[in-house]
Amino acid sequence: MMDYEKIVAKAAREMKPSGIRKFFDIAQTLEGVISLGVGEPDFQTPWKIRQAAIMTLEKGKTTYTSNRGLQDLCKEISVYLEETVRTSYDPNSEIIVTVGGSEGIDASIRAMVEPGDEVLIVEPSFVCYAPLVSLSGGIPVTIEAKAENGFKVTAEEVKEKITDKTKMLILPYPNNPTGAVMRKDDLEKIAEVIRKTNIVIVSDEIYSELTYGEKHYSIVQCEGMKERTILINGFSKGFAMTGWRLGFLAGPKEIVSHILKIHQYAIMCSPTTSQYAAVEGLRHCRDEVAKMVQEYDIRRRFVANGFNKLGLDCIMPDGAFYVFPSIKSTGLSSKDFCEKLVYSQKVAVVPGDAFGACGEGYIRVSYAYSLNHLKEALYRIEKFLEELKNSSH
Amino acid sequence: MNALLKLLKSNARLTTSELAVMLDRDEKTVAEQIRELETKGVIKGYTAVINNELTEDEVVTAFIELKVTPQAQSGFDNIAKTVSSYEEVEACWLMSGSYDLGITISGTNLRDISQFVAQRLAPIDGVLSTATHFVLKRYKDNSIIITEEEIDERGFVSP
Repeated sequence: MMDYEKIVAKAAREMKPSGIRKFFDIAQTLEGVISLGVGEPDFQTPWKIRQAAIMTLEKGKTTYTSNRGLQDLCKEISVYLEETVRTSYDPNSEIIVTVGGSEGIDASIRAMVEPGDEVLIVEPSFVCYAPLVSLSGGIPVTIEAKAENGFKVTAEEVKEKITDKTKMLILPYPNNPTGAVMRKDDLEKIAEVIRKTNIVIVSDEIYSELTYGEKHYSIVQCEGMKERTILINGFSKGFAMTGWRLGFLAGPKEIVSHILKIHQYAIMCSPTTSQYAAVEGLRHCRDEVAKMVQEYDIRRRFVANGFNKLGLDCIMPDGAFYVFPSIKSTGLSSKDFCEKLVYSQKVAVVPGDAFGACGEGYIRVSYAYSLNHLKEALYRIEKFLEELKNSSH
Repeated sequence: MNALLKLLKSNARLTTSELAVMLDRDEKTVAEQIRELETKGVIKGYTAVINNELTEDEVVTAFIELKVTPQAQSGFDNIAKTVSSYEEVEACWLMSGSYDLGITISGTNLRDISQFVAQRLAPIDGVLSTATHFVLKRYKDNSIIITEEEIDERGFVSP
């Protein structure tokens, strides 16, 4: 008999499955569920991108690329970063094409975090940071972004958590699940605190294309920050390419050269077809991205307004494709709210605490859905709230 | 296409207040803009897209190609206007290519339609020939998938 307890590493055993997963299982057992739970675009990848991929397949371009990624793609990424965040990265030493933003986060953490290192993680946020930090023996230290600050993290909150063991700050903006965006002023203040330290920033900017009103601003644009930041981005959200699994990271070559070794041994290179497709995306599909952003913007107003009208307070978010309404007025916990909602009116949303303890009292609602779908879902949520009211009498 | 028209085309039942929120304009402005589009004739009407397979009505639809001799002065316009004036005709276009007018009509059965073609369309002065194509199944109409619910491949919940 195998003693699996002894086989599976302690760090893996102690890793908790994502809170999102459990909810997925419930929704799947029910009939007629409509969802607002998905964290990926409802748009198809722009046709030009798909066509470019097909063409390379037809030509049989299916070998490995260099570890770092296709030369053309690294160059295009460099141009893209120059244009969007006004920062120069050398395509030959400061950029790596990764398997989605996810691999970039993983490889960055593995390249820098050692046992005992403290890593500041802003929450609510995407679910992978803390587990990956723990896997490296690091200590995740949560910074709670507060609703009254629009879920932006403040310089004071960062400063408070810094100790002599702090190695890294993970900055997840535009934010999943809150939709919060850190603007130039907000970031300058964070930079001011970090500048005096030896802390490295991992800035997860996967939603950078999806901001409304103002364009995205990156912490690397603040003075002295490029040299201490690993910028994570990718094609999944902005270019509607989730399944292609393609992202990139950019940072100082003193760090990137070591991340490249991890990438090389773990992955070899990112998917070749996807890389060719991404070249086309960066060269010729930026206007298509802009069209998607316009569409999201319309839905964003509609959904945020809808929740506010229903009495579930909701900040109008500046980015990503989520709203994060408070459900505190119902007196239910996030989990109870979501469970009751899916059983009663068959609408799936994600409990806020799946994104960190401070997400309790909120739900994450994705608006990567058609307007008619959103309308129907809001209608059902309204009926659900009426039910709740009636049952409490 | 302007944003307001695009939204109305996707769903004409969006209310003025919903449209106002989505477009970040005030409700009064949107109401005026819609009125203007209507009075100018930019918006010609609103309709429901119906899946007849689920109603009790028997509906047969046909697409008819019409070859026509253009008339002096009016060209195709007079004939097209005559055709368009028939209640049974749902659409009438002047086409490039091997025929001149493309028409869709609906009736309750094949006989209805063949009678219409034989008695109303063919005798019109200037009509040279007709070719009638019956619709067997509608998959998509007015940008809306008719046959079945689209399945969301993304599942219910993902990070």
